[in-house]
Amino acid sequence: MKTKFVVFALVTLALLSWGLYEALVGAPTEATMGHVQRIFYYHVPSAWVGFLCFIANFVASLIYLKTRSARVDAVAVSTAEVGVVFCTIVLLTGPIWARPVWGIWWTWDARLTSTLVLWLIYVSYLILRRYSVGGPNPVLAASLAVFGFIDVIFVYMAIRWFRTQHPQPVIGGGENSGIDPMMLKALLINFAAFAAFGFLVIWLRYTLERVRQRVEEAHAMKALGSAR
Amino acid sequence: MTFATTLRNSLGKDLRLEWRSKDAINSMLFFALLVVVIFSFSFELSAEESRRIAGGLIWVALLFATVVALNQTWARELRNQVLDVYRIAPAPLESLFLAKVLGNFIFVSVLELLITPLFIVFYNLRSVGPWYYLVIASILGNWALVVNGTFFGAISLRTRSREVLLPLILFPVSIPALLAMVSATTVTLTGESSPYLSLVFLAVYDIVFTLLGLLLFETVLQAE
Repeated sequence: MKTKFVVFALVTLALLSWGLYEALVGAPTEATMGHVQRIFYYHVPSAWVGFLCFIANFVASLIYLKTRSARVDAVAVSTAEVGVVFCTIVLLTGPIWARPVWGIWWTWDARLTSTLVLWLIYVSYLILRRYSVGGPNPVLAASLAVFGFIDVIFVYMAIRWFRTQHPQPVIGGGENSGIDPMMLKALLINFAAFAAFGFLVIWLRYTLERVRQRVEEAHAMKALGSAR
Repeated sequence: MTFATTLRNSLGKDLRLEWRSKDAINSMLFFALLVVVIFSFSFELSAEESRRIAGGLIWVALLFATVVALNQTWARELRNQVLDVYRIAPAPLESLFLAKVLGNFIFVSVLELLITPLFIVFYNLRSVGPWYYLVIASILGNWALVVNGTFFGAISLRTRSREVLLPLILFPVSIPALLAMVSATTVTLTGESSPYLSLVFLAVYDIVFTLLGLLLFETVLQAE
């Protein structure tokens, strides 16, 4: 377990460095936006990884409601936390990129608004978990996650329905989408690196949550024992 | 007991309790009144400007006032362990949820009827678009507020400091509905365009979240 983790951490580190190199040196400079466009290689992979985390959280929540397995709940909480972190990166890098290119930090278009709502929903999910210590918390949190995810689909589809200031999807977005192969390479390597990094943190957080659950269980058993 | 009987009895009980105590409606009304007055002090508006922002103001006032009432709906059932009785009773729990939603819907609608004239007076409002769009928007909007609010009220019931938690978990999920309500109301008031799309969005939102609430309510209520 420990060696596996160390090996995986080293692979992640290598991927992250390779991704950094490709983003800063390998990929060509964008014609109109210049160097600031390189933020793309962090902005987009973070968004994808964030979405993957929220999807994993939704699936874990559904499975938890069915099976009530503590392991699955540990997956749900760790994916939600890491998802919020990546979503935060998206919301921070977006304005940094938007300021020189659009001339504004922020605009309330469908894509930006929906991402902010997504972030707010999962922060409220984490707050709910924090507020309800012990007792029924995983069930309540899982129900909120289901509600939240339906909302995410709503707000996610909003981008496809409205015209937005935010660019249309570049990969798989229909005709006229697609980018320079070198840019695509840098993007995909960074996606792999971020996904590996996200997985690494989720793994750590999951292990920690399992320990916390076991400690809580032991406390409960001890309390039961002394009550007898 | 069948679904309909439970629904009728439970709704009847809530309405009777409210009719006798007037707890929810009084606090909601006063709260909404305060918000309207404070907003009206905070901005000095021309008729055109107030038409433009009135949609947002009235929905925010209603949203806050609804939370005040929602905090009481389930807390009322905690007294004398009524909620525990519901749990072990051989009645469909979905009907209990639906009865609560209907009850809250009635309270919020009454509140809206009372507060709208005040709003028109304070903000010199006159709708440019057809008025029936406003009625549809308020029915769909109220439903969206109370269906989520009742469900999240049940979630926040078993947490620490539930009065604080309810808005924290309710508002993020309600933002899409709130955007649609505000946009439907504003475009009708200003007569700029048709609120048709927003109303359809709201209707879909209402249907999906009502179904979800009905599906998950039992899980939430039985969570221990």
